[in-house]
Amino acid sequence: MALLSVQSISVSIGQLNPLEGVTFDIDKREILGLVGESGSGKSLTAMCVMGLLPRIGGTITNGSIIFDGRELIGLPEIELRRLRGKRIALISQNPMTSLDPIIPIGAQIDQVSTLHLGLSPEAAKARSLDLIAQLRIPEPAAIHRAYPHQLSGGMKQRIVIAMALAADPDLIVADEPTTALDVTIQAQIIQIMVELVRDRSLALMLITHDMGVVAQACDRVVVLYAGRVAEMNTVGEVFANPKHPYTRELIRCIPRLGQEPGSLKGIPGAVPSIVDYPDGCRFNPRCSEAQEICRGQVPALERKSSGIAACHFSEV
Amino acid sequence: MISFFLKRLLLLIPVFLAVSMVIFMIVHLVPGDPIDNLVQINSSPEQKAALAAKYGLDKPLYHQYAIWLGNALTGDLGNAIILRRPVADLIAQNLPHSLSLGALALLFSTIVGIASGALAAIYKDSWIDRTTMTLILLGSTVPSFWLGLLLIMLFAVQLGWFPVSGARSWDALILPVLTIGLGGVALVARVTRVAMMETARKDFVMMLHAKGVPPWQIELRHVLRHALLPVVTILSLRIGWILGGAVTVEFVFARPGLGSLLITSLNQRDYPVVQGALLMLAIAVMLGTLLGDIIQAAMDPRVRERIK
Repeated sequence: MALLSVQSISVSIGQLNPLEGVTFDIDKREILGLVGESGSGKSLTAMCVMGLLPRIGGTITNGSIIFDGRELIGLPEIELRRLRGKRIALISQNPMTSLDPIIPIGAQIDQVSTLHLGLSPEAAKARSLDLIAQLRIPEPAAIHRAYPHQLSGGMKQRIVIAMALAADPDLIVADEPTTALDVTIQAQIIQIMVELVRDRSLALMLITHDMGVVAQACDRVVVLYAGRVAEMNTVGEVFANPKHPYTRELIRCIPRLGQEPGSLKGIPGAVPSIVDYPDGCRFNPRCSEAQEICRGQVPALERKSSGIAACHFSEV
Repeated sequence: MISFFLKRLLLLIPVFLAVSMVIFMIVHLVPGDPIDNLVQINSSPEQKAALAAKYGLDKPLYHQYAIWLGNALTGDLGNAIILRRPVADLIAQNLPHSLSLGALALLFSTIVGIASGALAAIYKDSWIDRTTMTLILLGSTVPSFWLGLLLIMLFAVQLGWFPVSGARSWDALILPVLTIGLGGVALVARVTRVAMMETARKDFVMMLHAKGVPPWQIELRHVLRHALLPVVTILSLRIGWILGGAVTVEFVFARPGLGSLLITSLNQRDYPVVQGALLMLAIAVMLGTLLGDIIQAAMDPRVRERIK
């Protein structure tokens, strides 16, 4: 059974319905990539899994989220809080703003293990120092005492990762963990996370808009478009044999070495606005293969020759 | 760190000089002549000139300023013209009353202000928040001299719980402390509430929720701590205000203190006393700001980094 199984969840925030029928699952020791453009609902999906949706004023109107055999939707806040940080940890998008600026870094890592593992302050500190060292940060003791503003972005993101690992979680949700970092640092951070998953048999839900990161790190991919799942498949199949025209376009947008100058193009058109989603398949206004049926009828998320996809025209 | 504050202390010297000059000039720009208050109505111009010479009022202004400043630096603020006593003595006699009133009022505004502001922020949009906000609005719009009169009418005259005026017993402090403190409570509560709500929207607070930290711990250990930074700033600016702003309140309650001394001597054009009292207030404002900076640096590592 999957460690985390998200089944057909829909979300509403006020009058808006930013997610509709999002479905995917993650096994132990698996890295699942969640890709899509800004506004496709990636971060919102992360909020759902973390049980933090009410904090941003959203509610899950439909579907279920089963983690380790337990339904998370409807679970009381106090129970969710025991899962958060302990069994499901978050690595956030912006390491610059994710740490409390006036509290020493060490104390912020210690906090997790004292809270969830009941460690004494000394034991928590020893554990944090160990984690900092494991993340290949030099001089753990000095870093433990330092404040966030004294560290570079890449270092801070490692600290956020250490914080996520502090209570030995089963699942890590990483919401665009490298977006705010330099390209050279990005590769290091992704490398670190891939190693963690292998060494600690974690599951990782890696949210990104970077198909390069997906190819490098993920086992399987979910492609989101405008709040719906377009396609889900193994990484190999997604790149070799994409089932959804949107996935094909995304792959076409990856720059390649030796490419004719000027031949790199984006996907024509823009992501539709949430207040004005098109009828039928939400990708139809930008799709070169769109037919009448695409404008009138929502394609079902169906099992294809491999993986699942929501397109009227992909082969069965 | 220590060298920084020594440097800040040195920087206060030019500020002090500028302020002392302004104080000296303002007093001399105000129309009215203390000699007129001192002499009999039918004194001759010669008698007036003799008196003016006695107090050094016949010399050019810059000369008077130099004499005054030189003496002030040695602790001699001159002699009061009307009260006929050394100004330093008058201030030494009145300052403790202002300090006890000011310190208690500041303590009261800090504790009650932070507590009610934090409650309002934590229970945002509830009846607690609405009630606090209404009281805050009242507290910050009601002038303190009027509030003082109302408190006297209710608690001193009607109920007879506290003395109407004076400073003979400790309970005479309660109504003046409330009068000055309530305005401060309103200010501190408003700043605390807004700063907490602003901090609560920050990414690191969401991260704390994602770490599974209980909400009360997030509010008290993280959000409130951040909100205290601007509160320290306004409180440090208020130290001078409370010592000097207590002026009208001391007057309403007929308490001795720097404020009453200032008002009385202003009415009588008693220049040396006015100058001395204003100088004390200016020093209080400067030290208050410095104290605020020190507390800020102690609370915020980013401030410590900047001053290195």
